[in-house]
Amino acid sequence: MFAGFDFDVIRRALPYLFYEGMTFTLTLTALSALGGLIFGTLIALMRLSGHRLLGAIAGLYVDFMRSLPLVLVIFWFYFLVPYIGQWLTGASRPIKVGAFSSSLITFIMFEAAYFSEIMRAGIQSISKGQPAAASALGMTYSQTMRYIVLPQAFRNMLPVLLTQTIVLFQDTSLVYVLSITDFLGAASKVAQRDGRLVEMYLFAAVVYFTISCFASWGVRRLQTRIAIVR
Amino acid sequence: MRSASAQGTVNYNWNWHIFFEPNPMGTGTYLDMLLSGLVLTIETALLAWIIALITGSIVGVLRTLPSKTAQWIGFLYVEFFRNMPLLVQLFLWFFVLPELLPRAAGLWLKQLPNAPFWTASIGVGLFMSARVAVQLAAGISSLPRGQKQAATALGLTTGQTYRYVLLPMAFRIILPPLTSEFLNTIKNTAVAITIGLIELTGQARSMQEFSFQVFEAFTAATVMYLLINFIVVSAMRFLERRVAIPGYITGK
Repeated sequence: MFAGFDFDVIRRALPYLFYEGMTFTLTLTALSALGGLIFGTLIALMRLSGHRLLGAIAGLYVDFMRSLPLVLVIFWFYFLVPYIGQWLTGASRPIKVGAFSSSLITFIMFEAAYFSEIMRAGIQSISKGQPAAASALGMTYSQTMRYIVLPQAFRNMLPVLLTQTIVLFQDTSLVYVLSITDFLGAASKVAQRDGRLVEMYLFAAVVYFTISCFASWGVRRLQTRIAIVR
Repeated sequence: MRSASAQGTVNYNWNWHIFFEPNPMGTGTYLDMLLSGLVLTIETALLAWIIALITGSIVGVLRTLPSKTAQWIGFLYVEFFRNMPLLVQLFLWFFVLPELLPRAAGLWLKQLPNAPFWTASIGVGLFMSARVAVQLAAGISSLPRGQKQAATALGLTTGQTYRYVLLPMAFRIILPPLTSEFLNTIKNTAVAITIGLIELTGQARSMQEFSFQVFEAFTAATVMYLLINFIVVSAMRFLERRVAIPGYITGK
């Protein structure tokens, strides 16, 4: 069944797959995780602020994003971002947005909804006595969050945040629908050019599998190392 | 106030009547097109969910059996389906599997009518089954040890213990996470657009290509996804109340 399997086609495509494709995938993953975490934390703080309107807006945003398939959200932003850019800059026509920026904005906005739920759980896991002690010391709300609550919430949730980042790493493959050259896009382009679908897709599967396996193994190890003894 | 429009701004022309105009496929209006996509999304998701529940339950049970081999098989299964993007898995089933099978079988697969539908249902189903398995295994191991021991003391076999004691409890406990996995199944069917399944997202995309009314098309698809979500969540809340275990936090 592997008689006609051509390893050479993979070997020849390696530089393209990794320098172009994997670089795109990893950069997109890292920046989206970072942006998603920042926006997600802000959304979580909005939800927990006790302010009716802010809480409602944040809640709606999270529920809305989590009800939609990522593919649809990718399409939405791909068409919407040029118009938002036009509106923001006052340009006379929709501005041109590169493939990378468009997908980065999409993933940050989408992941923010998921990261916010994780951060919310993290913040809620901090015992009430901590912020109470902080305000007894005369700390303001932002000082309490910055020095007391968020560092602990982040630490408690680090394994979950990293697991979500692995999911994000896998989900970035969906930029395929915009014909972007991420790792899978690169593999797919070679596959179609050389008529070698079996080799390229199996190779892509093995690479995604290996990276995700190693990453989840690392997260499991980290989890046992950073666990706070209570 | 900017008077950009006077200087030839390219503005988006909204046209909400587009839904009632005939689509170029001759299958009625654009709305009919989207609705047929909605139906396909629901059909694919339901079949995928049945597959996910059945295989997921088997694997979930395997992970909790005393046998080390069974646990190992369950572990490998879950790792296999969890560590690859769904898109890659669909490509493997759709493009790679027919080539690796014996010629006749491969040819039969390729010529199967509705191949994208079957591939999507099975592919999404197996992808989700790993998640169902994890939830079920967690549900079973969350039960007090005494339940299993009492069943053994009553002389029940392992099969009977699962059938009459552990599974009825575990499934009721994991109903809330199962609801979100079902919602994920519905959302994940949109990935099948890449293997040519014209479900709801796919129909919105083709409506955009034909009519250039991109935002109307995506708005309609968005509203439909929100509606499905709302219906599923409401139905499951009702079910959760009906089957809640007395004495547990969710029960009364």
